[in-house]
Amino acid sequence: MSKMHVKLNVNGQEVEGLAEPRTLLIHFLRENLNITGPHIGCETSHCGACTVDLNGKSVKSCTVFVAQANGSDVTTVEGLTNDDGSLGVIQEMFREHHGLQCGFCTPGMITRAHRLLQENPNPTEEEVRFGMAGNLCRCTGYQNIVKAILASADMMNAQKEAAE
Amino acid sequence: MKDELTQDQRSANLKGMGSSRKRVEDVRFTQGKGRYVDDIKLDGMLFGDFVRSPYAHARVTSINTEAAMAIPGVVAVLTAKDLEPLGLHWMPTLAGDKQMVLADGKVLFQGQEVAYVIANDRYAAADGVEAVEVEYEELPVIVNPFEALKSNVVLREDLEGQTEGAHGPRKHHNHIFTWEQGDKEGTEKVLEEADVVAEEMVYYHRTHPCPLETCGCVASMDKVTGKLTLYGTFQAPHAIRTVVSLISGIAEHNIRVVSPDIGGGFGNKVGAYAGYVCSVVASIVTGKPVKWVEDRMENLMTTAFARDYWMQGKIAATKEGKITGLWCHTTADHGGFDACADPTKFPAGFMNICTGSYDIPTAYLAVDGVYTNKAPGGVSYRCSFRVTEAAYFIERMIEVLAIELNMDAAELRRINFIKSDQFPYQSALGWEYDSGDYHRAWDQALNAVGYKELREEQAQRIEDFKAGKTRKLIGIGLTHFTEIVGAGPVKNCDILGLGMFDSCEIRIHPTGSAIARLGTISQGQGHATTFAQIIASEIGLPADDITLEEGDTDTAPYGLGTYGSRSTPVAGAATAMAARKIRAKAQMIAAYLLEVHDDDVEWDVDRFSVKGAPERFKTMKEIAFAAYNQAIPGLEPGLEAVSYYDPPNMTYPFGAYICVMEIDVDTGEHEIRSFYALDDCGTRINPMIIDGQVHGGCTEGYAIAMGQEIAYDEMGNCKSATLMDFFLPTAWETPTYTTDFAVTPSPHHPIGAKGVGESPNVGSVPCFSNAVHDAFRPFGLVQSHMPHDHWRIWKIAKDLGLHS
Ligand code: FES
Ligand code: FES
Repeated sequence: MSKMHVKLNVNGQEVEGLAEPRTLLIHFLRENLNITGPHIGCETSHCGACTVDLNGKSVKSCTVFVAQANGSDVTTVEGLTNDDGSLGVIQEMFREHHGLQCGFCTPGMITRAHRLLQENPNPTEEEVRFGMAGNLCRCTGYQNIVKAILASADMMNAQKEAAE
Repeated sequence: MKDELTQDQRSANLKGMGSSRKRVEDVRFTQGKGRYVDDIKLDGMLFGDFVRSPYAHARVTSINTEAAMAIPGVVAVLTAKDLEPLGLHWMPTLAGDKQMVLADGKVLFQGQEVAYVIANDRYAAADGVEAVEVEYEELPVIVNPFEALKSNVVLREDLEGQTEGAHGPRKHHNHIFTWEQGDKEGTEKVLEEADVVAEEMVYYHRTHPCPLETCGCVASMDKVTGKLTLYGTFQAPHAIRTVVSLISGIAEHNIRVVSPDIGGGFGNKVGAYAGYVCSVVASIVTGKPVKWVEDRMENLMTTAFARDYWMQGKIAATKEGKITGLWCHTTADHGGFDACADPTKFPAGFMNICTGSYDIPTAYLAVDGVYTNKAPGGVSYRCSFRVTEAAYFIERMIEVLAIELNMDAAELRRINFIKSDQFPYQSALGWEYDSGDYHRAWDQALNAVGYKELREEQAQRIEDFKAGKTRKLIGIGLTHFTEIVGAGPVKNCDILGLGMFDSCEIRIHPTGSAIARLGTISQGQGHATTFAQIIASEIGLPADDITLEEGDTDTAPYGLGTYGSRSTPVAGAATAMAARKIRAKAQMIAAYLLEVHDDDVEWDVDRFSVKGAPERFKTMKEIAFAAYNQAIPGLEPGLEAVSYYDPPNMTYPFGAYICVMEIDVDTGEHEIRSFYALDDCGTRINPMIIDGQVHGGCTEGYAIAMGQEIAYDEMGNCKSATLMDFFLPTAWETPTYTTDFAVTPSPHHPIGAKGVGESPNVGSVPCFSNAVHDAFRPFGLVQSHMPHDHWRIWKIAKDLGLHS
């Protein structure tokens, strides 16, 4: 199949490559760019393991052609680590509150939580549970994930206040 | 030398057992830096993908691969014909049966592997799969095990005429084995003479472990060195190495099996699958590394179902409710091949733990394994070999008996519990329960939830319902379960002849840090965190200074892997024993350095000090250095130890769970108002991780009880092969759990730990199910099969006439 040229900004870096028109964004990220944070759990939009941020919206990258994402900004979990290499707030809170076990859902969870907290910096537990319902976890029963996200919101708000 | 820190402070610095130490794994995982099988990329790597049967039972009359081979990127297509000369078109199963790797003349379940396409990338492989032309001739399909035992249709033609299987006589051409335990005549006599007998068929439906990461592998044969490296999602990497060696003929030292990070297992990743065999062959044939990763549909349809047990029960009791006997006949649907993952001598796993937490003097169990046109598997989905089925059975039978006796089910349990002074307790079906205090746990649980008040509220609700004031009922689900984990003693537990011991090797470095390697493999349990805690407490080096490694058969000591909650009971014990060997040598070194006799020093958290003179001591750090820089008479240099631990018995964790559920009679919807889980797993290594395991296990139990199933239509089509149809609860539906604990240490385990990962799945399923039954008990419901999805609950209400 003939290939097309695509260009993306992934985690702040311009990247380009050749891909078939049918190539899914998740495969392009993982196989062409070696960005293996986003995982594949279903390829049918159900599990959310492949969640990335596309132009400021959460998407399941198994359901987006890389062609559709051409010219877009993509953020993956790798892009949520602090510049000095330390864990970002949500990453740290997942660790602090035991919000992960096997870690397979975690990149998608954290990337989704990042967007959720951009959209709603002060969510209630209900809003977190509803907002995270597109991401499945088989290990944690969500209880500590919810805790980690609520704690992240508090911490991010406190940091914002301190900065003001 | 004086130390400013108190004993407690020094102990806290170790982050040893009992500490809710944060997980070391998480630094990688939260940044997307885990390394799972699908993340592995080797030079020139090819991709494999399967052509699968759309039919549940058919003859394969022809396979044409020409069009597939013409597709750009397709390198080769393997069929049974290609594997036959190598003797690899069939493979042995863990249950003493054999299974087709690729369809050899016929297929026995929908989704069965028919051909294996190898291509340059996964898209080309998928194109190739589409282009392979297979002709089938349909055969009659049997999806019901009771029918299978009556049918003339022979499913396993390869076994025709064989009246003897791996587990004794076969009664019919679709029959696999009969397994009997206990006293048949005695139990029948008790049933005849009993005041009260309750009888019920309890079905535990077919489901699937469905870890978020599917199964997969990368096989890489180095033609120059003759060494095969096999990366894969293996819960038992060492056993896989031995199996690969036995079936391929490659010498075991020329095989390296590596389990990298694993995205959840829950039993799905114990078995050996066709994808592994085909990938190995493909790598040998092409000389290139070959990756195979199943998609979700393949995962749900083909690798490893769980349960599917039809359990006919009879339970006898006195008028006062004292149980006198238990009888159980199980019809076990094993699918097209017997690929259950159980210890060899236990074809129905530990189903004979089905007397549960109760002192039942006489019991009898028989299990018949049966072939049908469904996927093979029968793995333990977060369970120690059919304990989930056993616990569900007895916890339902107790409820059924309570109805028969018109008794409160909590009280019925209390009067039948094994008493704390009866341990070690010999059960009627052959187990020796190591320890327990069920009455204490039960009272703690009933008090915690306010059981009496709940029953009053429920009674009021029923009045209101009858008066037309509400359409919602309350169900109070009770469960007291006893687990049996830590398989197991080599004298009676093996898999394919490999004794079920486990192992740990510890090396102390000169500067007082360490590396430990185990025969197990974490799939989310946090071994790198918790096993370091055991070592920290045992040898007084901080857990943060101890690296844990598992899963590489070239470096780790041999072990049977992680499933059946066996890591802590078996490998955890090996870890403590290896650490104790190190401590024993450290004692001699310390005595030498302190110039006293070995017996004149004593252990103190992180050091040995001279008895009666605690200011004279050598810390483990100092001792470690001395082990490498001093010539100590009579001692070899270095400080390391290995232990292969053969457990003297299983461990028996237990728990008391109570669920309060609201049920809408008109819609069949439910709401979990509260869920209380008390677990006694003996000594607690990391309370944070234990809580996490309970949350996760209960959520899997919630899914199973309330909606998750692998369902087939009468043509053998799998109706639940996507996450659209197969229920995995989201954060939205999932209840919030209240966890609690008691501690009854295992008397035979070096640190008293019992294992916990599977308890919540074993305990929560009957708890949720009993809550549904309890809500409708006042209206005459005795038994209704899981999963209790909205439709089935609505149907219960309708059948009881509650909709008029
Ligand atoms: S892999 Fe994309 S949603 Fe599951
Ligand atoms: S941590 Fe394993 S799937 Fe979420």
